[in-house]
Amino acid sequence: MPLTPPITDVEQLKSHPALARLLAWNAVMVQAAKFDREELTIWIEKEAILDACAILRDSADCPFNYLCDLTAVDWYPSEPRFEVVYHLLSIAKKERVRLKVRLDGASAAIESVTPIWPSANFYEREVFDLFGVRFSGHPNLKRIMMPDDWEGHPLRKDYPVEGYR
Amino acid sequence: MAQSPIVTAQPDQDSTLVLNMGPQHPSTHGVLRLILEIDGETVVRLRPEIGYLHTGIEKTCEAKFYQQVVPLTDRIDYLCPMTNNLCYCLAVEKLLGLEIPPKAQWMRVMMNELTRINSHLVWLGTHAMDIGAFTVFLYCFREREDILRLFEMVSGQRMMTSYFRIGGLALEPPLGFFEKVKKFADRFPGNVDEYENLLTGNPIFMMRTKGVAYLSQEDAIALGASGPTLRGSGIDIDLRRDAPYTGYENFKFNVPVRSEGDVFARYLCRVQELRESIGMVQQALAGMPEGPVKADAPKVVLPDREKMKTQMEALIYHFKIITEGFAVPAGEVYQAIESPRGEMGYYVVSDGTAKPYRVHMRAPSYANLQTLSRMCEGQLIADVIAAIGSIDVILGDIDR
Repeated sequence: MPLTPPITDVEQLKSHPALARLLAWNAVMVQAAKFDREELTIWIEKEAILDACAILRDSADCPFNYLCDLTAVDWYPSEPRFEVVYHLLSIAKKERVRLKVRLDGASAAIESVTPIWPSANFYEREVFDLFGVRFSGHPNLKRIMMPDDWEGHPLRKDYPVEGYR
Repeated sequence: MAQSPIVTAQPDQDSTLVLNMGPQHPSTHGVLRLILEIDGETVVRLRPEIGYLHTGIEKTCEAKFYQQVVPLTDRIDYLCPMTNNLCYCLAVEKLLGLEIPPKAQWMRVMMNELTRINSHLVWLGTHAMDIGAFTVFLYCFREREDILRLFEMVSGQRMMTSYFRIGGLALEPPLGFFEKVKKFADRFPGNVDEYENLLTGNPIFMMRTKGVAYLSQEDAIALGASGPTLRGSGIDIDLRRDAPYTGYENFKFNVPVRSEGDVFARYLCRVQELRESIGMVQQALAGMPEGPVKADAPKVVLPDREKMKTQMEALIYHFKIITEGFAVPAGEVYQAIESPRGEMGYYVVSDGTAKPYRVHMRAPSYANLQTLSRMCEGQLIADVIAAIGSIDVILGDIDR
């Protein structure tokens, strides 16, 4: 499939069930949207992530009831530095959507989505461990991959791949 | 991961005991460490401790060219290397907007299904052995050896195959390969009957598995289970059918679903998948198209050895790809495929350079492991072993 330029106009993307549901709920909380390579990305305000996830999960016509994946990307040295990425799937409708939240490097913290999807438990611990993003309300926010006494967060871009730290 | 040997869970009451299981334990399928709080023989709480096999593959990927990441993906889930190769290649091909020739697609399906059989055979053998049926292990490894020989024939490697490359396959399958696959595919359904004769109606096996480690539909979804673990709880989802990739839409197969949600249901799902997979291998053999096995994209795909010796351009492209890699247009892709263990997803972010900005693997075992506590709490300690086997965790996949 040859590449087509991404669509970033929210008006054109309104027909997607996830975006339609979020806009109907609270359009202010939707920062931007992008349709690229057959995948829809929606940027959400940091404060709204828990509500947005709950709205999407309980949506009547297309419930995004399954959290596929949760991870982060470090855009160091630009700010906002971190992007937390949520991949949601609607098992009934076979629809996918990607939610993103931008976080500042200085105060990289966001609400945990474990009350909505218990499966976020391990994913958030991994992001905390490897990126140093804190998740408030997480039941057990401890390192998961690295030893408990490890210093630093390896997947940050300012953490060297090899050599001494 | 805690490296100190001190067990950190505190027993609630005096009557419970905290027991450490693993990381060196034959029934934990690798280096899984479980901290069990037990009351007599009953598990009160179970907490998995992981990270003993963490090798930082995601970090390593960021320092490699796109094509150099392929061999790293083999080492994540070492029982299904081709599935990992496939998922990564599909993700990068999607980023590049690359078209793959039909023969490469059909070969990918065929090898991917052989990989699934290979992985399920190791699961079946070890799972049965954990529960006390040793014979099945020997039978399964007998057939697995045949598959590994096929892998060796096609890629030169038994386990770390790296056979799928960005843009197609590494090599044409050698002469006589399809005949060997055909021989195996004709024989294999009989072998599955053999395993089923040993297990499916076996009263001891049924007593150890029926009604054990129950997982409800709601819990399975909430805890992020996928693959046979989810289908064993009655949810009909299979990405090969629901979101076809690499030509799966040309194949006919059934998706086994069981509603019981116990170890036996997950066992039946996987054994039925063995039969479906071999059916797909046979379909692939029957309909294998002719043509090239690499995409026509000289800037991405390495040229044939022969061309390099006769054509200047091929030599230049080869030199450029090896020394500088190839730039991938900026963007991001989440490619999900159905691995033997469930939904395997590769999230690849490109910033327009020749190295991936971020590669994240959604490991099916990682999510499936979270269901273990729910399955085991309130059950007997011996059933923990059956439950671990039934979710088929691979620690390389979990820790990455």
